[in-house]
Amino acid sequence: MEPLNLLWPLAGGLLIGTAAGLYLLCNGRIAGISGLTANLVGLSSGPRALAAGFLIALSVGAWLASLWLRTPTISISSSLPLLIGGGLLVGFGTRLGGGCTSGHGVCGMARLAPRSITATLIFMAVAIATVFVIRHLIGWGAA
Amino acid sequence: MRQLLVAILAGLLFGAGLAISDMINPARVLAFLDVSGQWDPSLALVMGGALIPSAIAYLIRRKMGAPVCEARFHVPTRNDIDRPLVLGAVLFGIGWGLVGLCPGPAIAGLISLQWESGVFVLAMLAGMTAHRLRMHSADPASR
Repeated sequence: MEPLNLLWPLAGGLLIGTAAGLYLLCNGRIAGISGLTANLVGLSSGPRALAAGFLIALSVGAWLASLWLRTPTISISSSLPLLIGGGLLVGFGTRLGGGCTSGHGVCGMARLAPRSITATLIFMAVAIATVFVIRHLIGWGAA
Repeated sequence: MRQLLVAILAGLLFGAGLAISDMINPARVLAFLDVSGQWDPSLALVMGGALIPSAIAYLIRRKMGAPVCEARFHVPTRNDIDRPLVLGAVLFGIGWGLVGLCPGPAIAGLISLQWESGVFVLAMLAGMTAHRLRMHSADPASR
């Protein structure tokens, strides 16, 4: 994986934060992807049409950006059991904890919400520990 | 209708941000989480970049009685740290650390048409459903 000109992550972050800010000030809602996903598939009671609009546009936006701005390589090297286990944990955990990197991270931390700061610190630390165990203790190695 | 257009615009920006920042690429995310390996700082810049406009939006919100296109704000008001928050964050952190995907990049990554993306997203939806079922069986009156 080649090093990335850091202007890309910075610019991408500004776009993500702007999207969240727009969604808040216009629609009055948290741009939390786990919550929007739950709304879309009827697991939660938020407005389904808005969730559909947001999430479909999310994929379209990623696709257009990859055509016109920068083409990412989406490199997934996980085995099938890890994909399934990881997916189950992300799905269950985000619903149990009430958010993910966008909902708790970008939105919650921006308003200094204690629940979000706590959640973000925990999932960051746990994710770092998980990668350490997988890559450096068990030794399944990087992509 | 205006709310739907806002949702679409926000989704487009968010998805574009995920693509150009390479957060859509699990290898890049895992490289950030791999603090003792070949460390990549991109995710920190994405989060930092995102928090700037997001924080500005939340500051602006304090001066507003209502959002532009909606009757009222729908922002969480709880401040207590409870067990579901902590446990949810732990489980999410493990899942995220196993694969390098969280909900936003998982959905955006579907554009690459790789089977791995599809499996992860399906597993994520299953995990979300499992949480909903568990909640409902614990309290049948829950919505």
